[in-house]
Amino acid sequence: MTRGNLQRRLAQTSDDPTLEVSLTVNGERVERVVSVRMLLSDFLRHELRLTGTHVGCEHGICGCCTVLIDGKSGRSCLTLVAQAQGAEVTTIEALAAEDGRLHAIQQAFKECHALQCGFCTPGMIMNIFGRFNEPQALDLTDDGIRTMLSGNLCRCTGYVNIIAAVRRAAQLAGRA
Amino acid sequence: MKPPLFRYQAPRTLKEAVVALASDPDAMVLAGGQSLLPAMNFRLANPSLLVDIQHVAELKGIAIEGGQIIVKAMTRHRELELDERVRAANPLLNEAMAHVAHIPIRNRGTVVGSLCHADGAAEVPLVLVLLGGSVLVEGPAGRREIAADEFFRFHLTTTRRRDEIAFEARFPVLRADSGSAFDEVTRRHGDYAIAGVGAVVRMNADGRTSEVRLAACGVTSRPIRLPEAEKLLTGTALSEADLKAAGRAAAEAVTAPDDMHASNAYRRRAVATLVRRMAAKAVTRARERIGR
Repeated sequence: MTRGNLQRRLAQTSDDPTLEVSLTVNGERVERVVSVRMLLSDFLRHELRLTGTHVGCEHGICGCCTVLIDGKSGRSCLTLVAQAQGAEVTTIEALAAEDGRLHAIQQAFKECHALQCGFCTPGMIMNIFGRFNEPQALDLTDDGIRTMLSGNLCRCTGYVNIIAAVRRAAQLAGRA
Repeated sequence: MKPPLFRYQAPRTLKEAVVALASDPDAMVLAGGQSLLPAMNFRLANPSLLVDIQHVAELKGIAIEGGQIIVKAMTRHRELELDERVRAANPLLNEAMAHVAHIPIRNRGTVVGSLCHADGAAEVPLVLVLLGGSVLVEGPAGRREIAADEFFRFHLTTTRRRDEIAFEARFPVLRADSGSAFDEVTRRHGDYAIAGVGAVVRMNADGRTSEVRLAACGVTSRPIRLPEAEKLLTGTALSEADLKAAGRAAAEAVTAPDDMHASNAYRRRAVATLVRRMAAKAVTRARERIGR
């Protein structure tokens, strides 16, 4: 079958029920008509082209897709964009300053060499950022940091440098 | 993996939500979605309609009234975990909540949703059974309250009817003369329990127990009380021999077959050990509370 024939046979529109969503992403209001089954992770990456949010397992295990939803960390792959209706979403793209100055957590990851391939890093950082935003005291013992990071998998580093980075980030952010 | 096709409604009141749920026999309630969405992504669940209750204002919040901690349906795990009033009223909830998955999951997942999901290894259902709490549901036929020991039937199966919405759960406050403890055995922090045990012990003035409640998760198809072990510890001062006997009795309740996480024999040992440790810890804590 020629390419043209094939293309004519493919469905050009989706049968998915759609929904108009309106939410704030990194301080900017966005409105889109999307399929009701669109995940927040796909919305961020495909609709808004914010590809800093990574998609690993799509069932809540790896933590790569972690973003802030109304200031609290959450899995964007386990959240429909419909569930973020009216919410304020913050992604890794919002952390560094306009002039490129790194956020304390990013700076600490750099200083401590807390990443190799970097795939898990945005999720790690957004999870830590969410925890730093909570007023409750941080447990900065090795065990406490491991517990904080237990929902984020890294297959490169062995975690030792990431634990050091969290401690350094807490110093830089005045949370130590 | 992406969820299969469904229709979506986001009602603003409980009444509207009940009508929406009753309108379609394959409709499901969406609260936090932390169990339902992975199930849909895996095609283990395929609802034709999702009734999202997150915008229903009357389903938000926590209240403590009449000796009960009342948890509304949209209360997230993390909200309950960080609530200082709840920690003072019943420290067991805070202790168990820290074992539920990870913070980003607890920020989204709901307490009542976890009860309705009814995983046989989950912590929140165990706590409800252990404390003798209840779940309140509303359907087209009206409201009813279902006691914890009537609620859980089997792994992922409860006595909530498919056209009913669980709108709140009630967890009793811990008595001043009682102590509690919870712990579990897992391969990694945040996993479902290979075996989990909770204990609530009430003490007499003479230093003996007047009531012992024990419950386990992960060892059968639903959270269970451990009546034989409870009987062996009631009225005792919890000597090492009493605790060992209770642990052995508790191990007999394990019916889970060998699976990829653990063997039946391992779960029996885990439950026996946890029963010994949790009963002893609950007694120590009860004495601390009475001493205060």
